[in-house]
Amino acid sequence: MAFDLSAIGSQFFVGLSRSMILFIVTAGLSFVLGVLRVPNIAHGSLYMIGAFSAFSVTKMVPGATGFWLALILAPLVVAAISFIAERALFCHLYQREHLMLLLFTFALSLILGDLVKITWGAEYKSIMAPKIFDGSVRIFGASIPKYNFFLLIVGPLVAIGLWLLTNKTKLGKIARAAAVDREMVGAVGVNVSWVFAFAFVFGCFMAGLGGALMAPTISITLGMDHNIIIEGFLIVTIGGLGNMWGALVGSLIFGLSQAFGVLFWPQFAIVFPYTAVVIVLLLRPRGILKSVW
Amino acid sequence: MFKALSSKNYLPCAVVLVVLLLLPPILPRFYTYILALIFVTALLAMSLNMVVGHGGLFQFHHGVFYGVGAYAFALLLFKGHMPMWFGFIVAPLIAALVGLLIGWFCVRLTSLYFGMLQISLGSLLWAIVFRWYALTNGDDGIHGVPIPSFVSSVSNAYYFILFFFVLCVGIMYLIHRSPFGMTLQAIRDNPARCSAVGINVKRHQLIAIVMATFFAGVAGVLFVVLEKSVFPDLLFWVLSLEIFIMCLLGGWFTFAGPILGAAISVALRTFVGIYTEYWTLILGVLLILLIFFLPEGVMGFFMQKFGKNRAKESVPAGGQDAQG
Repeated sequence: MAFDLSAIGSQFFVGLSRSMILFIVTAGLSFVLGVLRVPNIAHGSLYMIGAFSAFSVTKMVPGATGFWLALILAPLVVAAISFIAERALFCHLYQREHLMLLLFTFALSLILGDLVKITWGAEYKSIMAPKIFDGSVRIFGASIPKYNFFLLIVGPLVAIGLWLLTNKTKLGKIARAAAVDREMVGAVGVNVSWVFAFAFVFGCFMAGLGGALMAPTISITLGMDHNIIIEGFLIVTIGGLGNMWGALVGSLIFGLSQAFGVLFWPQFAIVFPYTAVVIVLLLRPRGILKSVW
Repeated sequence: MFKALSSKNYLPCAVVLVVLLLLPPILPRFYTYILALIFVTALLAMSLNMVVGHGGLFQFHHGVFYGVGAYAFALLLFKGHMPMWFGFIVAPLIAALVGLLIGWFCVRLTSLYFGMLQISLGSLLWAIVFRWYALTNGDDGIHGVPIPSFVSSVSNAYYFILFFFVLCVGIMYLIHRSPFGMTLQAIRDNPARCSAVGINVKRHQLIAIVMATFFAGVAGVLFVVLEKSVFPDLLFWVLSLEIFIMCLLGGWFTFAGPILGAAISVALRTFVGIYTEYWTLILGVLLILLIFFLPEGVMGFFMQKFGKNRAKESVPAGGQDAQG
């Protein structure tokens, strides 16, 4: 089989841009997992809410302004929802058994899923990216859609922002410390419950941001939470639980293997990323990078 | 609980069984169908609880084996034109074989990593079933599986399913009480100590997985007998999560809890579903109430309240985390 080199190239960049979205979503998931030690099943629902809120914002404010506004407002809506859920219910459960926390996030995902159905209905929705993203750009002879190129820029920016937040701010440092040893953090006088609240809300904010960024490239629909959350968990696991850079590595493996799967064997494209995950887990059961667990 | 079940609980069990046997002529067809569906789901949840509740393994993608059993049975009858008894025997064996394969990889890892590897291997199978149109009809599924006429009516299917449900639960109970079952529970509570006294932990876990997946395969076959169709959602992880929740809901440190969890879940879906399409919202709210007020599950709650032997069965919180 002979493949057009530029086809491989453009598929590579499309996969890379999808990896960036996955990274933004899973970095949030990993952050929550690292600090709270809870696999947040509702993360996918929040991602879905991010996409739907972005749709609503672009409906209310038409044109390019609406799109940029949506990128800011949708994650904030998601953060507000998660803040309410955390302070009203979740924060009372931190002393409980782990599986109860997991069960709670599952219940939350059920509730949020139906609330989305009530608010937005079951029809497909779509968002148009602003005019500047029409057409495509050429990188090394491969042509990629401009919006994907935009994602390729946003991804590293978010990564740098995350690095600054977790390494250079006090709040980020406390959150990282709480991930390693929460009792010690509590002992030196930090209100751990609020650190958890911050971590949870921030992680969910990332889910909303990912959803809003993803919105123009897909049809927004119920059930998009199911796919992203399982991919998210696998990515976080192969990257190393709670490790932000692990989320990046995992996202790259997942996104790129999927993109090349489309190229080589379209019918079974979705088999490729799962195979990649299996191989990684068999070779490095604890994930590629160091996990905080 | 098991002391209780062996002596004085035989009578209530027998009464329940007789009532269940008498129900189909009285009940409308729809309710008979729902009861049969509850048996199938309950068998699935019980099979999961063999490894989760009693084995302490994070079997996150149990639905795959249910789906494999269902698909194997449907394909043998639909494409292979095999007689039903042949499919009935072979399909659970295929499910168990897949369980052996996946389990063989998974038992090398512990706790969450075990679960994650299983999810990825299971999703792999799901993706194949979902996409392999030539064999499985892909996302359309297979409809109109030729089920012999003697079980094709709802009430006959009900008796058929009830028979195998009781048989399987009985076998599971014997396994649970056997030295093997006891060893498995010991491994759940303290794998390090079990390993130290010379128990081959991994092998016990693998055998438990194979047995559980066999019963999941039986449940899958019974599902096809009832529904006469299969679809890829049977292997999707959402279903696996649902059965996991059923175990938690019913009380997973009890033997019969998952039956209750499955019954609640199926009944909720059906009857709340009649009044509103937002039944998952109701389920979510109920789950949260349960987490806050009945952390031991419904069955666990009743046993604590009314049973005297609860203390014997109780496991210290966090017994699951002892692994790894």
